[in-house]
Amino acid sequence: MKDWPLWEVFIRSRNGLDHKHVGSLHAADWEMAIENARDVYTRRNEGVSIWVVESKYIHASDPEEQDSMFESARDKVYRHPTFYDIPDEVGHM
Amino acid sequence: MNQQDLESRFQDKIDREVKIEAKDWMPDAYRKTLIRQISQHAHSEVVGMLPEGNWITRAPSLRRKAALLAKVQDEGGHGLYLYAAAETMGVSRDQLLDELHTGKAKYSSIFNYPALSWADMGAIGWLVDGAAIMNQVMLQRTSYGPYSRAMIRICKEESFHQRQGYEILLTLVRGSAEQKAMAQDSLNRWWWPSLMMFGPSDAESTHSAQSMAWKIKRKSNDVLRQAFVDATVPQAQYLGLTIPDPDLKWNEETGHWEFGPIDWDEFWNVVKGNGICNRQRLRDRVNAHEEGAWVRDAALAYAEKKQARKAVVTP
Repeated sequence: MKDWPLWEVFIRSRNGLDHKHVGSLHAADWEMAIENARDVYTRRNEGVSIWVVESKYIHASDPEEQDSMFESARDKVYRHPTFYDIPDEVGHM
Repeated sequence: MNQQDLESRFQDKIDREVKIEAKDWMPDAYRKTLIRQISQHAHSEVVGMLPEGNWITRAPSLRRKAALLAKVQDEGGHGLYLYAAAETMGVSRDQLLDELHTGKAKYSSIFNYPALSWADMGAIGWLVDGAAIMNQVMLQRTSYGPYSRAMIRICKEESFHQRQGYEILLTLVRGSAEQKAMAQDSLNRWWWPSLMMFGPSDAESTHSAQSMAWKIKRKSNDVLRQAFVDATVPQAQYLGLTIPDPDLKWNEETGHWEFGPIDWDEFWNVVKGNGICNRQRLRDRVNAHEEGAWVRDAALAYAEKKQARKAVVTP
């Protein structure tokens, strides 16, 4: 028998928040994936909205290249507010 | 990078409490150990539904029936979370199920004991889920990210399982003399197998040392078993039930309950397939899978048909 394809499940826990990856499951098509996601990932009111995407469509950065990939941000401390000296008297900025 | 550098970088991440994720480099033995452990855990959730499923139609009230149904449904879900975590390591679901169905993979031996009375639904929730929770709480901090996340999700859902079981026993001990006797009989049968759930003692456990070094496990079998006994004895006292261990006594100095020797011959006998229900459980599991094959095939055929129809209709 052919395996049902694998789907990644994303759930919005309430309006105003992002959809967040919660796990994966196998299903024959997207409609069944959403129904199954409801049955396994929202049994206790964990969500108000579900996204599913077939896992094969997700492309990922290579963990082996993690260092070079994210290196350029590492020495740019001037991108953070604490890099700048503002006297206390100025108050909150 | 050569093998040795990769391995030392890997161990360094573990030591710094950095979680290992699916696509990260990992030693083959780490991958193998985790696939074995996670799939065994998944199989236990799935086979664990069988002794309880038998009682759903026999539950004494609608409230108990709804609770038991919800618990069994959770267990199906927990099996799914765990299979999905194992699949991130590059094994297929089919392969994992095949290993269960051919007897190559193990599941927790506790499910090879029969659930003979309604009180067993109480004892299973209280003791079996209680023991599982001890283990699962520890595994929330396991070093493999997908396994850890599955455990966090499972622990959130699991506590109701233990509470509903304890409530069943509490109701029975407050009932007639026969009901109280039924609760005691159930504790008598489930106590020792529950202690065995933590696995062989540390001295005898073959996988323990490496698993601890890799932080797959964070506490040893004996430490977890002791924590379970310490937590459970007062709960049994509250029920007014007697734990079937004449050697059980409180040690003022250590602050722990000391318990008698575990019958490891019985443990290994059940592991080797000679428990009361081993054959029945496996047969039921294989039947459920085979009898459901047409549903899986039909769902896929229907999905393909819908897809084909859409392709024709949309220009």
